[in-house]
Amino acid sequence: MNILKILVRNAFRHKLRSILTIIAMCIAILAFGLLRTVISAWYAGVAASSADRLVTRNAISLIFPLPLAYRDKIRLTDGVKGVSYGNWFGGIYIEEKNFFANFAVEPQTYLALYPEFILPPDQLRAFLTNRKACIAGGRLAERFGWKIGDTITLKGTIFPGNWELLLQGIYRGRDQTVDQSMFFFHWDYLNESLKKATSGRANQVGYYIIQLTDPERAAEVCTAIDKNFKNSLAETLTETEKAFQMSFVAMSDALIWVIQIVSGVIIVIILAVVANTMAMTTRERIGEYAIYKTLGFGAFYIWGLIWGESLVITLSGGLLGMVLTYPVSRVFSNAVGTVFPVFNVDITTIYMDLGVALTVGTLATILPARHACKISIADGLRRVD
Amino acid sequence: MKIPFLYSVRNLLTRRLTTVFTAGGMALVVFVFASLLMLSEGLKKTLVDTGSEDNLIVIRKSSTSEVQSSIDRLQASIVETQPEIAFGADGQRLSARELVVLISLSKRGSNKPSNVVIRGIDKNSLKLRPQIKLIAGRLPRPGSLEIIGGENIVKRFQGVGMGETLSFGMRTWTVVGVFDAGKTGFSSEIWGDVDQFMQAFRRTVYSSILFKLRDPQRFSDVITRLEKDPRLTVECKRETTYYRDQSQALATFLRILGLALTLIFSIGAVIGAMITMYTAVANRVAEIGTLRALGFQKTSILVAFLAESLFLGLIGGITGLLMASVLQLASISTTNFQTFSELAFSFHLTFEIVYKSIAFSLIMGFAGGLLPALRASRMNIIEALRAS
Repeated sequence: MNILKILVRNAFRHKLRSILTIIAMCIAILAFGLLRTVISAWYAGVAASSADRLVTRNAISLIFPLPLAYRDKIRLTDGVKGVSYGNWFGGIYIEEKNFFANFAVEPQTYLALYPEFILPPDQLRAFLTNRKACIAGGRLAERFGWKIGDTITLKGTIFPGNWELLLQGIYRGRDQTVDQSMFFFHWDYLNESLKKATSGRANQVGYYIIQLTDPERAAEVCTAIDKNFKNSLAETLTETEKAFQMSFVAMSDALIWVIQIVSGVIIVIILAVVANTMAMTTRERIGEYAIYKTLGFGAFYIWGLIWGESLVITLSGGLLGMVLTYPVSRVFSNAVGTVFPVFNVDITTIYMDLGVALTVGTLATILPARHACKISIADGLRRVD
Repeated sequence: MKIPFLYSVRNLLTRRLTTVFTAGGMALVVFVFASLLMLSEGLKKTLVDTGSEDNLIVIRKSSTSEVQSSIDRLQASIVETQPEIAFGADGQRLSARELVVLISLSKRGSNKPSNVVIRGIDKNSLKLRPQIKLIAGRLPRPGSLEIIGGENIVKRFQGVGMGETLSFGMRTWTVVGVFDAGKTGFSSEIWGDVDQFMQAFRRTVYSSILFKLRDPQRFSDVITRLEKDPRLTVECKRETTYYRDQSQALATFLRILGLALTLIFSIGAVIGAMITMYTAVANRVAEIGTLRALGFQKTSILVAFLAESLFLGLIGGITGLLMASVLQLASISTTNFQTFSELAFSFHLTFEIVYKSIAFSLIMGFAGGLLPALRASRMNIIEALRAS
């Protein structure tokens, strides 16, 4: 217990310096934690995907549709429990910067496939019975101040025109990982309008969502479906929802890579700051270390003293940073709006924070401690700084 | 009287380890600052260079990119009859009807899929884009299943190398050439005959019409006429504006990321400099007292310590910039969210970034040194002399 007292007393002998170092450490851990959270927010779609769902899309790329007729063929495939379908609508609400994901889906089957979207029964009924109805996620409704019964006009970018929709429900997520910033309306509304305007584009589906009877059979069912449509005008690519979401993440992996490097750089920066503090501390106390040595304490003990002091500083800064990560990430998440629909601090991020604090505390002492241990007693006592 | 500048420099040299740690921390901050600005600048340069001032591009109204756009043959013909369009050497109007779609290809090495722009070109497409040079093979023959690939795509994606084949739209396409479009977005595209692509993708409509103006100054007349024509539902932009709009979101994202990160990081580095300078002051109390007793003014002391700190920042800034300038050799390829397709761009160092980085490092040095220098200058002579 006494040794801990010495460490803390030593650490705060030079109050201003220690407090400044602790603040720097706290900021570094905060920045590191936020960057890790940004990366995990990128993977939110992957984390939220379910093992028993598959996605079928056009093999050429996502911008090409599939015929509606595939629905029944897919349903007949062995191992398929349910099928739903939809289109990425890509509508703009008032201005381009108000971006949010909006889809035209077959509502009954789609909501059945996604039990994580919780919609009150009366709102569900109202949504299903009105073809011009739409539903929005809780966060999205909050962002624009939408209330049930509001008319929302989307300007189509892929499907031209102004699309008027009646908000009939606001869904909530089953847990924190569910994206509450999406927007859904009836695929039939889109399709019937297309039949009138550009009939060539009607009866086309952007993607199919498939529910499996048994998640174990995913690979087998994927192959079976794709084989069914081989050598047709619209060949399909079927993969698990996880792989589908992963393909979006992979598209921007260069950016994720940049953020990862940057979060590494912050560790090196803080390492330099802490190492500097420790170097100055040990230089000032060379005489004391010589006295310790004279009293018979070994080099190992002195190294322990310096290491312990450094850990006191980095851990107190680190803990402060970890605690602050939660409120700051909430502020950040509100500030960026729906860019990152799901923005939660992972528990692994906290473990990594702790790891960083310990590593920095240890590495920062290597150079100063080596010097303090090596110096001979006579030199240490003689030296006046 | 002034304290010589060498005094400040010598002080930094005396405590080498501390100087290296402090300047190193600042160098890394400047490195992050400069490299993210360079990335954002490189992206902008790529997309701005892609367009030409003389060209106008016509896409469907309210579509934000060529991929979403559709223009049928009748509308295309109307657009092509505008009197402002320049004539080529063959006496034909210099306009190109093009088709732009995305196909999913796997990257070499990682095998990860990404969307690549595939552009159907007609005979005028190359004349309208003089920056494009064929560096291997030949151009695709009209009416054949031949394609050419941009240099960045050939390097990064499977099946696009010279002589290799790609299968899409129930046909097999042979790569007969590689083209270099410099640092433009076209280097990230695949080109082939527009009519063949329309057949293969079962499309009856074009994506965009591109034409060259006889007199580049008169672009606004054409734009107004085309957008007001009741037979057309189109939007018309200068090619440069069109490509600048495409990079807006990604460039803003990179810039905000860069600024936010460096702001946070710089607090850490400033604190580092502050710790160093406070210690420098604390270790030299007697020295400061002597200087004051010799007749140096308070301001001279203040200036000497500030100079030391500024010099520390300058070392950091220059080191960070040198590290960042090496990045110009590297390039990065990612998906542009706005077009949903792959785009390669490189780090681009401009003079503006250089002086911003140096200014930034000096500000860090100043912020870190100000409080300690004030403390040094305010010391009482007698107490300071007694401290030793």
